[in-house]
Amino acid sequence: MNFDYSEEQQLLADSVRRLLQKDYGFEARKKMVASKEGYSPEVWAKFAEMGLTALPLPSDYGGFGGGAVDLMGVMDAFGEALVVEPLVPTLVGALLVAKGGSSELKQAILPAVAEGRMKLALAHGELGARYQLSAIKTKASGTKLEGAKSAVLGAPMADRLIVSTHGGGLFVVDAKNVKQEPFTTLDQMRAADLMLQAVEGIPLRGGLALIEEAVDFATALACAEAAGAMKFACDTTLEYLKTRKQFGVPIGTFQALQHRIVDLYIAQEQARSMACLACSKVDSSENPADRARAVSAAKIKIADNARLISQEAVQLHGGMGMSEELKISHTFRRLTVLAQQYGDADHHLERFASL
Amino acid sequence: MDLNYSQDELSFRDEVRSWLESNLPQDLRQKVADYAHLSKDDLVRWHKILAKQGWVAPAWPKEWGGTGWNVVQRYIFEEELGYVGAPPLIPFGLTMCAAVLLQFGTEAQKKKFLPRIYNCDDFWCQGYSEPGSGSDLASLKTRAVREKDSYVVNGQKIWTTLAHYADWIFCLVRTDSGEKRQEGISFLLIDMKTPGITVRPLILMDGAHEVNEVFFDDVKVPAENLVFQEGKGWTVAKYLLGYERMNTGRIGESKRQLAKLKAYAAPRMDDLRFRDRLSRLEVELMALEITNLRFLDRMRRSGQPPGADVSMLKIKGTEIQQGLTELMMQAADPAASDEFSESIRKRYLSMRKTTIYAGSNEIQRNIIAKMTLGL
Repeated sequence: MNFDYSEEQQLLADSVRRLLQKDYGFEARKKMVASKEGYSPEVWAKFAEMGLTALPLPSDYGGFGGGAVDLMGVMDAFGEALVVEPLVPTLVGALLVAKGGSSELKQAILPAVAEGRMKLALAHGELGARYQLSAIKTKASGTKLEGAKSAVLGAPMADRLIVSTHGGGLFVVDAKNVKQEPFTTLDQMRAADLMLQAVEGIPLRGGLALIEEAVDFATALACAEAAGAMKFACDTTLEYLKTRKQFGVPIGTFQALQHRIVDLYIAQEQARSMACLACSKVDSSENPADRARAVSAAKIKIADNARLISQEAVQLHGGMGMSEELKISHTFRRLTVLAQQYGDADHHLERFASL
Repeated sequence: MDLNYSQDELSFRDEVRSWLESNLPQDLRQKVADYAHLSKDDLVRWHKILAKQGWVAPAWPKEWGGTGWNVVQRYIFEEELGYVGAPPLIPFGLTMCAAVLLQFGTEAQKKKFLPRIYNCDDFWCQGYSEPGSGSDLASLKTRAVREKDSYVVNGQKIWTTLAHYADWIFCLVRTDSGEKRQEGISFLLIDMKTPGITVRPLILMDGAHEVNEVFFDDVKVPAENLVFQEGKGWTVAKYLLGYERMNTGRIGESKRQLAKLKAYAAPRMDDLRFRDRLSRLEVELMALEITNLRFLDRMRRSGQPPGADVSMLKIKGTEIQQGLTELMMQAADPAASDEFSESIRKRYLSMRKTTIYAGSNEIQRNIIAKMTLGL
């Protein structure tokens, strides 16, 4: 038993944190979000330089063969800084290609991803499917795909899309061949609705089990990211309680508020513990049911606590918490989305109980 | 990062587990499983079995009978005791008085008391709370006046757990009523057979006699029973608080209750409202377990005692214990009045105490706010 990061993991997390402190301040981030691309290609290039895009890829294809735990510290820092670059969609896509692709396909995609030259997105969700991985209607006739995908995170900047089809099929398609309706999500990420009309895809092996594995990987990373965002929300709220004065004293001297912030810190620690569990089980579980159970348990806790912490953080900031100008309102939006992404608490309660 | 126990830790766990399987008397195990009353004899019998094995006081220094286990092994041991459903080890002597004596006691005090605590030749209780001093412990009024070689004690303690079984009581008493009230408190060891002590039962809402009022009427206590210095009892009490909190998560016990609840409530699992409440509680327990392990890992690496933030283990651990008993009561058929159904309901009543005792959960929040968050 050991909860430490390895030296490499710690070094990576530290350097990502340093980079974000330098280049990813709240004001700088605003510009990236408002830009045409909706993210910063320069920051993306730096992420690639640091090895983030290569980290969990197989070493035969330019990667480092890492796992979710290796990315935990990175995601933690992403959650704090509210990073909008599409690292998770790209890495999830890469995992699907690495596990299900032919060696030619892997050769064509993975080294480019590792070097930061290619971005991917998982085109899976559909209107009405909620979070059910199996409720997909997009049809494959041979390798021709027909259907509609909704709210595909990272699709507008992706070079290749991994498209799921009815029955658990997976295909890699060229993003240029897909009609997109891009939009900005509640938490200022770029996503798109996709129309697939006789789009040619390259099939991946693996089916529903592989989709489950990839989504569990993404969920574990979302948990780690949420832990970072929750930590920020708690820290900044604590700071506010210590500095904001009313009735002649800092409002943090009021016991009613002290007990509430204590509960937020406890919730934050509990969430962090569950993020450790999810990432570690994603990496080490030999049995998919063990992995799924741990990930769902983690997501239940993360969803519940993200909601608690984000709502209370805004409440304890008073009117300032509602303001667009304060970062906490953006953290609120990210935590709201993270609580639902890859399944909300209700979805994971159902899955947890069925395992 | 590796959340699994190491091979060594696993074989240690297996050793403890198989020893418990063959040495925990079946009748005691059954009583615990049935939520039945445990007599003093039951508690002492189990204590002595563990003492004979050399496992009753793992955290003590080896020279006094400790096992030399590290914090993780100690945690595993406690978890296994809870998980198998052993009778509780009453902490007043073993973990509390002993911790104080080991840190602050004289050699003579250690020699006199520690071996008898180890073997449960003396049964101890704790004299802290008073009718007017609960969370505000430092306001306590029980007075001890020095007269030659003795202190004469007058006053009253309340909520004194198992005082009716006890041979000895450790007490916080006021030896000085000067300005700074914390500085007038002293830590005294008092023989319960001393003339002038009266124990009166307080029956709690589940009908059980577990706590008492203890009255002191000109009770003469030899001055050699003062621990540390006169007026320094508050230092001793604060030292003890950290000890008390680290053990309140009771994760092994809660895991056993959860397994029991799942089996007991199996017919209700198609009620999704019930099922989801149970799942959330299970997840809460998983989160607590990992948080506890994170604290242990930190302690093991730093060699430092637990910080104030371990108060969260007490808060969460007791909330989970209460949640489990509440769901168990709700799982019981409301029309059933058999003995087990009744004991489940009484247990629900009884477990409300957990968020009140050992520093109420509100006091624990005050501690975290002040010590950890700097408010």
